[in-house]
Amino acid sequence: MVLILGFLLREALPILQSVGIKAFLTDKTWSPSQQSYNLVPMIWGTLFTATGAVLLATPLGIISALFCQYYAPKAIASGYRRLIELLAGIPSVVYGFWGLVVLVPLINQLHPPGTSLLAGILILTLMILPTIALVADATFAEVPQAYLLGAAAMGLSSWGTIWQIILPASKSGLFTGMILEIGRAIGETMAVLMVCGNVVQTPDSIFAPVRTLTANIALEMAYALDNHRSALFVSGLLLLSVIILLAIAAELVKWDRV
Amino acid sequence: MINEMTEIQSLMQIQQLSLRYQQKLAFQDITLSIPQNSITAIVGPSGCGKSSFLTCLNRLSDLIPGCTVSGHIQLGTLNIRNPKINTTALRRRIGMIFQKPNPFPMSIEKNITFPLKEHGIKNAQERDRIVEQVLQDVGLWSEVKDRLQANALNLSGGQKQRLCIARTLALQPEILLMDEPCSALDPIASGIVEDLIISLRQKYNYTIIIVTHNLAQAKRIADYAALFWVDGSCGRLIEFAPAEQFFNAPNHELTQAYVNGIKG
Repeated sequence: MVLILGFLLREALPILQSVGIKAFLTDKTWSPSQQSYNLVPMIWGTLFTATGAVLLATPLGIISALFCQYYAPKAIASGYRRLIELLAGIPSVVYGFWGLVVLVPLINQLHPPGTSLLAGILILTLMILPTIALVADATFAEVPQAYLLGAAAMGLSSWGTIWQIILPASKSGLFTGMILEIGRAIGETMAVLMVCGNVVQTPDSIFAPVRTLTANIALEMAYALDNHRSALFVSGLLLLSVIILLAIAAELVKWDRV
Repeated sequence: MINEMTEIQSLMQIQQLSLRYQQKLAFQDITLSIPQNSITAIVGPSGCGKSSFLTCLNRLSDLIPGCTVSGHIQLGTLNIRNPKINTTALRRRIGMIFQKPNPFPMSIEKNITFPLKEHGIKNAQERDRIVEQVLQDVGLWSEVKDRLQANALNLSGGQKQRLCIARTLALQPEILLMDEPCSALDPIASGIVEDLIISLRQKYNYTIIIVTHNLAQAKRIADYAALFWVDGSCGRLIEFAPAEQFFNAPNHELTQAYVNGIKG
């Protein structure tokens, strides 16, 4: 981890020294061949896709975990759990492939061009859903049986029990799950690259194509030289810093709980 | 001529009740009538099915995986064993207190108001009135009235147990089931809860069924007592009698041995 961080820093340093940090936010566009290094559209791209996916996946994941823990019969619950675990193991390029062949044409019918922020959000949702669903499932399993028996013995509805007892008691576990899914959403590259269109622009609607930071690196690394190459390392550094901050946040939440 | 011996009103009739976990019988063939407005203590060595017996009475046994019950339980006109009855309504009529105090992880006040809301008491003033009343009933009001918003998990063990009793009383049940309510408490807290149980019976005429393995406690509080015993590995009812007779002149020699501390 330290080695990777050090490596990123070393590679990013030349451009940070020559043009400074501010250039990445204030330059006119992203066109490294013209010494213009504005990363803002890509930052928005990453932010929008990740936020959208987290907003969709979190409630879905929690509902799926509640179903698994409290509603589904034992056999179905364990089968369902396997399925979710399997979903987590599918290579991201396969998700991207599916998105490109199925999702993008569908969105295209709705509003061309199809490859869009929306496609990115939907694919990411599917990809991070297992993370939050599995973490939430494990968290709910830890809710003390005494609460549940107490609630049942008072004739409380299952909805009231979930809303007032189980969710508050699982707060910090769910929060950890959210941080993990945010990390995964930000870091995901291949699938979003395949379905997002990759136009460098700050999107003005969910049907507009976007390019994320990760996609940017993957697309340009092969031919980037000198300052251009160095600029890509800056975006890598930015991603890694966010992930480290998220990991620290997750740790703090865990600490708080103990 | 007026019959001086008033017939004891029985509130709940239990007939040939058996319970098994998977293949293992926990208890078998329990037939017992629970007298109204009195404290019935169920005593016996551990593993004799006392606590399992209690969970059948409010159908909490439904929630235990692999648990099957047979027999008949009648509460007034209600057949408790009928799978179609509304267990929510049943459990409002039959409150339960657990061995380990289990207040919900929320404020003291909300522990009482949240179940009330769930059971359809919409008026906030009415709920506040009930909160004060039940906390008074369990002697907790003067201790917590200035910190009703504090987390219930920060109360002491005895206070937690009294809060659990209070939130159960708030739903105005007809019967209180208590599963060794004092055994997780220190002697002082245990004494306070014990006095509370007696006062619930005297002041409010609650019908209480209490499981305990503390014979001295049963002797102090019970109007009626039942002895469960392990026969093979399966619990059975040995004797059920008014407390006076149960402790002083039991019919069964096993009861005699148990109350005299020779067995169990």
